[in-house]
Amino acid sequence: MFENFGFIAGATRHHHRPALADAPVVRIALIALTLIFLGMFLFIPLAAVFTEAFAKGASAYFAAISNSEARAAIRLTLTTASIAVPLNVAFGLAAAWLIARFDFRGKQLLVTLIDLPFSVSPVISGMLFVLLLGVRTPLGGWLADHGIRIIFAEPGIIIATVFVTFPIAARELIPVMQAGGRDEEEAALVLGARGFQMFRRVTLPNVRWGLMYGVVLCAARAMGEFGAVSVVSGHIRGATNTMPLYVEILYNDYQFSAAFAVASLLAMLAIVTLALKQAVGRRVASTIRAAAPAESIEQKAA
Amino acid sequence: MSIELRNIRKTFGDFVALDNINLDVAKGEMVALLGLSGSGKTTLLRIIAGLETPDAGSVRFQGADATSLSVRDRRIGFVFQHYALFRHMTVFENVAFGLRVRPRSTRPPESEIRSRVHELLRLVQLDFLADRLPSALSGGQRQRVALARTLAVEPRILLLDEPFGSLDARVRQELRQWLRRLHKQLGITCVFVTHDQEEALELADRVVVMNAGRIEQIGTPEEVYHRPANAFVASFLGNVNLFHGRIEDGRVFIADTCLEVGTANGGSPSSGKAMLYVRPHLLEIDRAPRGPRSFPATVRNINPAGPRVRVELTAEWGDPVNVDIDHESHRRLSLEPGARVFLHPKEDQVFIYQI
Repeated sequence: MFENFGFIAGATRHHHRPALADAPVVRIALIALTLIFLGMFLFIPLAAVFTEAFAKGASAYFAAISNSEARAAIRLTLTTASIAVPLNVAFGLAAAWLIARFDFRGKQLLVTLIDLPFSVSPVISGMLFVLLLGVRTPLGGWLADHGIRIIFAEPGIIIATVFVTFPIAARELIPVMQAGGRDEEEAALVLGARGFQMFRRVTLPNVRWGLMYGVVLCAARAMGEFGAVSVVSGHIRGATNTMPLYVEILYNDYQFSAAFAVASLLAMLAIVTLALKQAVGRRVASTIRAAAPAESIEQKAA
Repeated sequence: MSIELRNIRKTFGDFVALDNINLDVAKGEMVALLGLSGSGKTTLLRIIAGLETPDAGSVRFQGADATSLSVRDRRIGFVFQHYALFRHMTVFENVAFGLRVRPRSTRPPESEIRSRVHELLRLVQLDFLADRLPSALSGGQRQRVALARTLAVEPRILLLDEPFGSLDARVRQELRQWLRRLHKQLGITCVFVTHDQEEALELADRVVVMNAGRIEQIGTPEEVYHRPANAFVASFLGNVNLFHGRIEDGRVFIADTCLEVGTANGGSPSSGKAMLYVRPHLLEIDRAPRGPRSFPATVRNINPAGPRVRVELTAEWGDPVNVDIDHESHRRLSLEPGARVFLHPKEDQVFIYQI
């Protein structure tokens, strides 16, 4: 009986102009303000990075990004990202699965804890690892005695990066998994699938765009992370410098165009990330929308 | 395959979803679990499927205990309320899923999978949609794909959760007839959940009426409709008029009116308060009292649109009464609002339950 009302309401709704629409003047003013803001804080600085980078010519630019110290920084950054991203994916899938599929005591607390690295300053995160694993601490001392160096070495940088990035994939996956519901997974089990078959053939394909989105974001953050990594790195040139740290060192050495040259690489990474994010983000939205009809049918039946 | 449920109990926190459920379903039978939402019917279906574990009690298939058998090993077909088709797979791949996930040793070769899937799609008359994604199908088509996917694994029992719940009336009617034919053709044991009494009475061999986690009555559609075991079943199945009355020395009174009625539920009420249920089409309207059972009422409203004429009246003691009469009687009586008439319950069709 109520279906009819819903139908009529749905059919007529989009003929009305939204009641919240602003007057044209207000709209133009708001758009102009946004554009001015974007220009001042995004486009001009971005252009400045590339101008400064090429200030001493193309050969200086390529020299700045191809010398051994720069190459070491790029290598370390990529290594860190290539370790942080898979770990992040594994953790994200496990955490999202747990949160979306099961009800248990302390679930809300877990969700809050997952967000912890986002709410704590990265510098504090870095300090945390120095205090935990530094050579003068019991654990760090014991590891050092066995020849394992964490702080002021590559493992420390990787650990700090993993820590600051670990909520990213989970946060992207939780809503996608929740929207998908467990019906399809249960259907797979009833049809005789084993747990892993269900995961590979049903769960994973359904969240793949959310996962991709998480990977893109995580990679961007892993490569761009400064604060936490800065604390644990020790800034050893050619050894424990990531790209953002290397930019800072060059800048402090008054090698401006070299600093901007390396920074331009990071800027390009950011642009690529943004483009990927845009492309994948649209797919995520459609995934969630595709999962939605089940609910709207339910409401209609109720 | 037969199903035997013994003393099934299931709670979610403090909420008792199922309380001491005992039910036998014979091989090849079609049984409806009928109840309102929250009555526990879907939980019971999920327990049979193995998607939920009962807190207590046992599930047996063909006499063999299956309580701790995993979902996978039960070989049961389950059609979900919202179909749960795999969104990212074509119709063909959806139907093939159950065959493809089999262990290598029992998995049929690709050519056989193809022919099996197409055979099933022809059975549900959707072979021409094999390459579509579920999102491109209508509700009725999705439902049939879900059924084909379930049948692909040759289940021993078919369970359906609100199979036609989210379809519009015409499609629902078509699919209902189609499911009944299919059930006859395959002879598979079938249990379905519904909140739609019409669906239950039309499709099922036996109906299980559930309320608040308990079974109120198990019987053929005829039994539950014409001989409801208790007040809940009487009021839940079909439309009824409810009167609060009392019984004195075997005679039924409502206010000061004594109704000389026989009881359909065959109880021998002695004395005390009682609830009386009379179905609207089992009351007759007369211009003059017909016998001691007739009681006076005043016509309030008449709605002649439909196969029968619905007359709303007020009984002498103030309760509203609905009566369905055929168009011929309506013409003969030439009723108008405000008319004073007499209502006459047909023989043995008043359900009386003491409270």
